[in-house]
Amino acid sequence: MKITVAGTKKEFDEGLTVAKLIELENVETPQYVTVSVNEEFVDSGAFEGYELHEGDEVEFLYFMGGGR
Amino acid sequence: MKITIKRSDFDRMYEYALEQRPDEACGLIAGVEEDGVRRIEKVYLLTNIDHTNEHFSIDPREHLASVKDMRANGLQPLGNWHSHPETPSRPSEEDKRLANDSNASYLILSLAEEGHPVLNSFHVEGPAEARVSEKEELIILEDA
Repeated sequence: MKITVAGTKKEFDEGLTVAKLIELENVETPQYVTVSVNEEFVDSGAFEGYELHEGDEVEFLYFMGGGR
Repeated sequence: MKITIKRSDFDRMYEYALEQRPDEACGLIAGVEEDGVRRIEKVYLLTNIDHTNEHFSIDPREHLASVKDMRANGLQPLGNWHSHPETPSRPSEEDKRLANDSNASYLILSLAEEGHPVLNSFHVEGPAEARVSEKEELIILEDA
């Protein structure tokens, strides 16, 4: 199946989860990454069970914050 | 690392930061990187969802929209910026702890001295509890 990851279309096996995609894409410091699928944010606790489907668009965003 | 920003973008950032006071203002920077020089081509003025003068968190929906805009315009994400309404232009311990992307440039605009904004850029790396920041060479380019 084809999934768009950070703007690039890629081929993956069926049954791919968000957690597995993070691993396959070698996402650095994944504990600080927010994931959106089709512009909806996925709760980090759901990564293991969230299955991706043909045509999904996935983005990885680093949380951006700080303080004085 | 050397990083450049246009005077007009600096002015927009400064005006937005003044409007957002007493809260910290924040946003993203995008542009191109060539021969070890980062050239900021676009500054995004985004919402600090913390709405305080002590913290900032960039609105994730605006963050996502900005990343898509960068891609549509052929720009690379270069990092982020935020204001320090009352403190100097240097990363706080919290800034360093939350600087999770070692490839990013982190710009801090200090408004501590009225009428004299100070903008610096920093590279931050290392494990979360022992991050080290290093000042980058920031050049403000006068618009043609």
